[in-house]
Amino acid sequence: MDIRIENLTKKYGGQRAVDQISFEVKTGEIVGFLGPNGAGKTTTMRMITSFITPTEGSISIGGKLLEDHADEIKKHIGYLPENNPLYPDIPVIDYLEYVAGLQGIPKDEIFPRVIEMIRITGLNPEKHKKIGELSKGFRQRVGLAQAMIHDPEILLMDEPTSGLDPNQIVEIRQLIRELGRHKTVILSTHILPEVEATCDRILIINRGKIVADGTSELLRKQASGAEILRVRIEDGEPNAIFKALQGLASTSQVGFVDGQKDRFEIQCHAGSNAAREVFQLCVQQKWILTEMIPFETKLEDIFRKLTTN
Amino acid sequence: MHTIWILTKRELGAFFDSLIAYVMLILFLGISGLFTWLYGTDVFLIGQASLGAFFSIAYWTLFFFIPALTMRLLAEEVRSGTIELLLTRAVTDREVVIGKFLSTFILITVALAFTIPYVITIGSIGNLDVGAVICGYLGLLLMSGAYISIGMWASSITRNQIVAYLSALFIGIFFHLLFGMLASSFTGFMGQLFNSLSMREHFDSISRGVLDSGDLVYFLSLVVLGLFLSEVSLARRNINV
Repeated sequence: MDIRIENLTKKYGGQRAVDQISFEVKTGEIVGFLGPNGAGKTTTMRMITSFITPTEGSISIGGKLLEDHADEIKKHIGYLPENNPLYPDIPVIDYLEYVAGLQGIPKDEIFPRVIEMIRITGLNPEKHKKIGELSKGFRQRVGLAQAMIHDPEILLMDEPTSGLDPNQIVEIRQLIRELGRHKTVILSTHILPEVEATCDRILIINRGKIVADGTSELLRKQASGAEILRVRIEDGEPNAIFKALQGLASTSQVGFVDGQKDRFEIQCHAGSNAAREVFQLCVQQKWILTEMIPFETKLEDIFRKLTTN
Repeated sequence: MHTIWILTKRELGAFFDSLIAYVMLILFLGISGLFTWLYGTDVFLIGQASLGAFFSIAYWTLFFFIPALTMRLLAEEVRSGTIELLLTRAVTDREVVIGKFLSTFILITVALAFTIPYVITIGSIGNLDVGAVICGYLGLLLMSGAYISIGMWASSITRNQIVAYLSALFIGIFFHLLFGMLASSFTGFMGQLFNSLSMREHFDSISRGVLDSGDLVYFLSLVVLGLFLSEVSLARRNINV
């Protein structure tokens, strides 16, 4: 099922939380929704899940307008809201059975489906515990389980790894990748490495507007073409090395690193890579090249550039 | 319909999981038992084979207990954020409201069912007017329905359970007591108006054994109004989160 958003707007009083955004998510794509806090990510997700209605614009899912077919479409959506709200007094297995029933799973399929979901999410040892007794990591798994138990075609997750420790983050990410295969997934997060690790495409939203839409390579290319090379060259005279590096065809700028005499930062011309020339230069001049580290423009920097103004 | 039943079952389960149901049942039955059999205007004081004593005390205990049951129905879901998950599932707002209403109603019915031994006991020691007893229970059930509905609406307008409880009581006291009092201070049209709004009036009327359409309309209107207003409250989220 694909998701099509056109000119979606949500106003609160005079403020536009979401301002005329349009994008598409194709079937089977995993899209990362990035943005600073308050940018409109959660509001957008809430509109797609039909928790709140838009002020303007339209949402189409699987070709059908959400506002006309909400009851039908909701059956195909699995949602993990921010802060993963759950009922503390109910045992895990009872809760999942309840959700399964509510989402329309036929009675005789409920129990096997629940057991399967518990197995996949690794909740088996905890299945009889009350949700309030679980640790945050396990509660997040319950959240994932309830979002996926009815095998929805669309999965919306609002900050699924927030508050988890690094180990739990890896586990949840793996679960998402596994369970999200063949599904249309929108994942909203602050954690940039997470987006690169799990998503096919990135949407950056700021102050209610979309400021970037594309794969991470595309975004990098758009942000800046320059590659940065950090080298350490020994056995030479620092100024001579500096001048020689500057003289290379593919370098546009050279600088010393942190006041060290043998480390240099080279900015290459757009589209070219100075690595080979640096190496050959060192061979020529009989300098020893001990370090060569390429620096790609970090997603963090692209994010900062697009969202601070 | 099946969805509503799933919601009802879950809500009932929640009442028992959180021990509210047990506490309420014990208190209700304890107080009812005390004032029906042992203290105040109890059966033995009245000296007649009727459950009037029980109905009189239940008229008030239910009034205070029902808002305590309904106060968490929607307020807690909104406060904890679980409302977001509930309303984005394949259910309508209406089904949620009806499901929660039914669950509380069933709980009250269970509480009242536990007083059947009173009926059996009195029936065995005197000449019991069964019709009056049935009408008395019917009156209590209808009154409960109305207060559950009002209580749920009170729970839907706030995140704070205490505010929900007090609001329900505040609204309830008008129907339960004040309209009746106002009715006796006014004559003519105003008097009749307050009379028709007074819970005492309609409850007594049913307890007498007369099933008047006016009484039924009164109770059902309150039930429907409360449910409708609750649904409206849920729709507020589209204006302001």
